[in-house]
Amino acid sequence: MRIEGKGLIDRRRTVRFQFDEIGHTAFEGDTVASALLAAGRKLVARSFKYHRPRGVLTAGSEEPNALITTGRGAASEPNVRATVQEVFDGLETRSQNAWPSLKLDVMQLNDLVHPFLGAGFYYKTFMWPHGFWEKLYEPVIRRAAGLGGLSGAHNEDKYERAWAFCDLLIIGAGPAGLMAALVAGRAGADIILADEDSLPGGRLNAETLAVDGMAGSDWAAGVVAELHGMSNVRIMTRTTVTGAYDQGTYGALERVSSHLATPAEGAPRETFWRIVAKRSVLAAGALERPVAFPNNDRPGIMTASAVRAYLNRWGVAAGKKVAIFGNNDDAHRTARDLAEAGVEIAAVIDSRPDVALPSASWPVYKGSHVVDTAGRLALRSVTVKGPAGEKVIAADCLAMSGGWNPTVHMTCHMNGRPVWREDIAAFVPQEGAVPGMLTAGACNGDFSTAACLSAGADAAKRLLGDLGMSVPRLRAPDADDSAYSITPLWTVPGKDRAWLDFQNDVTVKDVKQAARENFRSVEHMKRYTTQGMAPDQGKNSNVAALAVLADATGRAIPETGTTTFRPPYVPVSIAAMGAGAQGAGFAPQRFTTSHTASVEMGAPMIEAGLWYRPGYFPRGGETTWRQSCDREVGFVREAVGVCDVSTLGKIDLQGPGAAEFLDFVYTNTFSTLKEGRVRYGLMLREDGHVMDDGTTARLGPEHFVMTTTTAAAGNVMRHLEFVHQVLRPDLDVRFTSVTEQWAQFAVAGPRSRELLNGVLKSPVDNDTWPFIACGTVTVCGVAGRLFRISFSGEHAYEVAVPSRYGESLFRELVSRAESLEGGAYGMEALNVLRIEKGHITHAEIHGRTTAFDIGFARMVSAKKDCIGKTMAAREGLTDPGRQQLVGLRPVAPGGQMTAGAHLFETAKEATRVNDQGYVTSVAFSPTLGHMIGLGFIARGPERMGETVRLVDAVRGVETDVEICAPVFVDPEGGRVRG
Amino acid sequence: MRLTCPVCGERDRREFYYQGAAVAMRRPAPDAGAEAWDNYVHLRENPAGETRDMWQHDGGCGAWLVVTRNTVTHEISDVELASDLAGERA
Amino acid sequence: MRFSGLRVLREGLTGNKGWAPHWRDPEPKSEYDVVIIGGGGHGLSTAYYLAKNHGITNVAVLEKGYIGGGNVGRNTTIVRANYFLPGNSEFYSHSLKLWEGMEEDLNYNVMHSQRGLINLFHSDGQRDAFVRRGNSMIAQGDDAVLLDREGVRKHLPYLDFDNVRFPIYGGLLHPRGGSARHDAVAWGYGRGADQRGVDLLQNCEVTGIDIENGKVRGVQTSRGPIRAKKVAIVVAGRSGQVAAMAGMRLPIESHVLQAFVTEGLKPVIDHVVSFGMGHFYISQSDKGGLVFGGDIDFYASYAQRGNLPMKEHVMEAGMTLMPMIGKAKVLRSWGGIMDMTPDGSPIIDKTDTEGLFIDCGWCYGGFKAVPGSGWALAHLMATGEPHETARGFRLDRYRTGRGIIDEEGTGSQHNLH
Repeated sequence: MRIEGKGLIDRRRTVRFQFDEIGHTAFEGDTVASALLAAGRKLVARSFKYHRPRGVLTAGSEEPNALITTGRGAASEPNVRATVQEVFDGLETRSQNAWPSLKLDVMQLNDLVHPFLGAGFYYKTFMWPHGFWEKLYEPVIRRAAGLGGLSGAHNEDKYERAWAFCDLLIIGAGPAGLMAALVAGRAGADIILADEDSLPGGRLNAETLAVDGMAGSDWAAGVVAELHGMSNVRIMTRTTVTGAYDQGTYGALERVSSHLATPAEGAPRETFWRIVAKRSVLAAGALERPVAFPNNDRPGIMTASAVRAYLNRWGVAAGKKVAIFGNNDDAHRTARDLAEAGVEIAAVIDSRPDVALPSASWPVYKGSHVVDTAGRLALRSVTVKGPAGEKVIAADCLAMSGGWNPTVHMTCHMNGRPVWREDIAAFVPQEGAVPGMLTAGACNGDFSTAACLSAGADAAKRLLGDLGMSVPRLRAPDADDSAYSITPLWTVPGKDRAWLDFQNDVTVKDVKQAARENFRSVEHMKRYTTQGMAPDQGKNSNVAALAVLADATGRAIPETGTTTFRPPYVPVSIAAMGAGAQGAGFAPQRFTTSHTASVEMGAPMIEAGLWYRPGYFPRGGETTWRQSCDREVGFVREAVGVCDVSTLGKIDLQGPGAAEFLDFVYTNTFSTLKEGRVRYGLMLREDGHVMDDGTTARLGPEHFVMTTTTAAAGNVMRHLEFVHQVLRPDLDVRFTSVTEQWAQFAVAGPRSRELLNGVLKSPVDNDTWPFIACGTVTVCGVAGRLFRISFSGEHAYEVAVPSRYGESLFRELVSRAESLEGGAYGMEALNVLRIEKGHITHAEIHGRTTAFDIGFARMVSAKKDCIGKTMAAREGLTDPGRQQLVGLRPVAPGGQMTAGAHLFETAKEATRVNDQGYVTSVAFSPTLGHMIGLGFIARGPERMGETVRLVDAVRGVETDVEICAPVFVDPEGGRVRG
Repeated sequence: MRLTCPVCGERDRREFYYQGAAVAMRRPAPDAGAEAWDNYVHLRENPAGETRDMWQHDGGCGAWLVVTRNTVTHEISDVELASDLAGERA
Repeated sequence: MRFSGLRVLREGLTGNKGWAPHWRDPEPKSEYDVVIIGGGGHGLSTAYYLAKNHGITNVAVLEKGYIGGGNVGRNTTIVRANYFLPGNSEFYSHSLKLWEGMEEDLNYNVMHSQRGLINLFHSDGQRDAFVRRGNSMIAQGDDAVLLDREGVRKHLPYLDFDNVRFPIYGGLLHPRGGSARHDAVAWGYGRGADQRGVDLLQNCEVTGIDIENGKVRGVQTSRGPIRAKKVAIVVAGRSGQVAAMAGMRLPIESHVLQAFVTEGLKPVIDHVVSFGMGHFYISQSDKGGLVFGGDIDFYASYAQRGNLPMKEHVMEAGMTLMPMIGKAKVLRSWGGIMDMTPDGSPIIDKTDTEGLFIDCGWCYGGFKAVPGSGWALAHLMATGEPHETARGFRLDRYRTGRGIIDEEGTGSQHNLH
């Protein structure tokens, strides 16, 4: 019911929205909750476990009951707080967790059998017969559980992440936060003032209290206007600071356009902010707590502060006839506000027997309690019990106030433990819980407006002092300074259930039962009953549950435990926190200079780490990748092939200490390498296992270029930095990654020199450029580098030019190769070629293999120390029984082999205890006409010629293979020198 | 979490690579024996409180850093260049 | 008290007044045959199996807080036996078998649900590595099914097959993999141990370990000294600190691993899904929350809380793999202290001190190991010999290099496993 003349909504602007297919008219500034209450709608949701009918309980993000689904299809969003979601034209909302309808929900049967569904019942049953858990019980439970549902469609909305930096982050724009902002803003500090609400002001917008002689909301609007005029102040509304992290980093969620019918072009739905603040003020206010009396969960029962907020902020009377029940003065404030607005007050029930109250025109029951309520889908009446006996009072709304809990949540995020304050019967923040943060106002237990205003100003002054800034003079505004008087009231005894956690359906009985079953630790009780584990994270219930547990176990509250809260303060959508990563955005994409040319040639581009490399280059008539691959292998073996190898890591090392440095990071020696020559090197981790391999070229006396594998390029660079800066700063060497600066192409095959001599300014021959020679060349008129190295075992080169020439050189080389009956080759052929030649990749050096395992033990120089040498000599790493690298070929003609298969002795069963090794790489060798493979097997080199059983159980392959040397083509190595 | 690189200034944690305890500074001699090497490569003080560990500003200047840090509170009290300390072996 | 559906009915009809404590809160005795330091999953299961398998019941479990308050109550509840290296294979295989009989054995519903776990792969090389893994699992007697891309689509139609940054080549399905209700495991073992006479001593912090002439004599605690013939350190992330009381340094660095749960949602994810390229794994709890996690924060920490970079990375991985979860809201995140070893595999062994045992180094895989670890440690403590499933978990393997079990292949840097 709307009250004329009340509220901060814009009554000139009406909007239409739907709830469960029913259209409603509301005003701009309304939330779904305020609009539904205005329409007289009480029932808005069903509870989680018992499917009890539920209405709106609060007026903020802490709402446990009024969770709805908004939107349709991929845009639909479950578990939206009706108390936060602003209405807009065309907004569609639906109730959740009810079938077939909110009114007729069949799962309310659960409520009838509630005695059997108490705390932890599921731990004690559903165990028989074996196997029925997965088949029967669990599917039923899963279907019944959950709140709203995801659409199942890929997200189609835009979300963003952003950074912000400031001197001072002020969390909350109520009286304390506004005063802090005013002081710090006038001092010139760089400020972010963040508030969850669409309208700054906090409780000033929800109460009728005056500040400096004007309405609190007007005072707030005035301050906000002044702040808006300051260039050093950024006001972020609809922005919830969600978490406090180390070194002044805060997470915050901004609802950018989820409240708009037509968002601005390109605007995200939400933005997740990372705010870095030198200092912060937590001015997050306090949350009113319900009272646990029997049947306290009916639609129409609300917190008193919410009833006042709906009245004063939104001009809505939450009921026609309102009863009020409380243990503090706020109950009476609620009655006064409602009465002034013309709402009928059914009764005020104050649990305090001897409280002094001004006279009122409505019935007041002192020393009395609400002991029961009635009304299935909406509250009809409350039963009051007091000194004068029991009485049923008709009411369609009950406003309850159990006192206030300071919003201490953020102060728990870094392990701070709130401290119990007996005088206000509540927890307050532990001082210094978050470095750099001060707490001010209601979140610190100061509940009067005047105290909040001055605490905000004081906090700002202290922090400005910390930052070395001068503090402006500012008079504290006049405001209400009445004392907060409360007598704790947690529960009201009775026969029926009294709810603590509305959302998870945890009642006082459940907590008592947990205590009886010896779940006496507050953490045990929470976990056993699920108290506080629901979407409100126990904001409405944890303190009361703790009090019930304390009572049940005969302990005082502080002795029983404390409440703690984990981030985020309000639930944050995965899409916001992971914004930008959907699809390809998850990781950077790296492209070689030949990418476009390869794509034009129809090559499928395959991920290689962050890089994309061509798999093969299909030609007309080829229908399988194997046909292309076999042809490309043939190019290299018989003519010439061209392959982009730029993704290999390239590190340029220079300085007088470079050679000695390489000797220290490689197992073999590089100081003896002649200028103009290349050497293969093996690098170990300090734990003695192989880290990486590659070739290093000596371009000058103090100048080397190292190559790494594509996969390990980053790790090797970091390792070199570590070795140099930390272990060998005595060596005068500098190095930098040049991977992206040079485009490098393998030109491989018997006709490789013929091809190259067509593009080199000075032709090369076997004398000037023998195997392992390197140096600078002019290629197509560009200064480049030429390395005579080979991964394929053929007469081959790698030619490098600055990246800007990469694409044109690639096209030129490919076109020349084609004219020599060759062409481009991709990763598939590259892999076949290297297996044919027995060259290893990370399939073999997978982090668990040693130089000994891959047959390179002799590459570990005895004459010098190097990284990993000592640990590589451990007994376990040189045990002859270790699995060592071998070649494998099928015994039967046309025999199949698969990578990942395991190896067993032929007569033995394929079980773990008989497992002797495994296959790392396989390929069909077009050169040899059969499958070949590499693998590791115990004592491999001693077993040449032995037949073993290859078993790939997951692929259903089982075959006999022969152990052989791992070099299948040209074992003598004549071709590379050709 | 933010660290102050002595070269680049205060930066977010995601610019840095973490390696482990600063014991990594004290590489034993090749013949120091199995125990010394086990200590170096595997065993850790692993304190709940102040510790010194190795980070690299790999998203920035590439400097390896020795960070004095509290493992319980995540407070960072000092950041030094490893190369400055390498002589004294931290 | 024996739990059953009938009991739930009877108690329901009589006001649920008859439920008895799950376990006693006894006063510490001055001496026990065995003292187990640490009332987490592993410590409680050790006590249970000492009593059940070996008849050793004069046992105390010392817990500085409340039982089950450590990693057993702070994980993503995944139960699997999909390791591929000897040492791990046989151990996790045995552990999974114990899971499969746990409810009947403990008379406690831990909601172990074998919903199937799918590890996705994203390249030919990864496929081969997973095939190798699958073949290890089958050789061990466990189950593994290779799925191609269409096979994955049949099970997980909601993945983004078209746009995900690392295309889905297929997956390795472990049908017996699944999840369980984590707290219940600790409570079930605690209750089972208590029923067999084990004293669970909560709020009892060990402050010293008494050693004389190389033999353990007992422990000093916040509730007074306790003598013991045998003592086991089973304290996960706190292993280094407790071992230091016995003068030991361990090959362990403690790291924070964060985990996340969303608000309750109607059933949408049936399996446990693991996305290796993003270090992301997810399942949906019976309550409806999506439970998911990622990698450790990478810096040594005892804070039991993490920072934003890893949180955001985990969400990013979720968004690229299954963008339908975008509008699920993260309700809570928390952190556990992971005892990371140099090879990523655990330690169950004697120490140089006679009568002092250690069970640690579970990195972030300790939850599924709860039954197997307790079984093996109980065996070792009772018989003096390592259990056949845990022979590989020796403390000296790093020093000697014999039997290093490095599944990730990342080497001796603790935080990379």
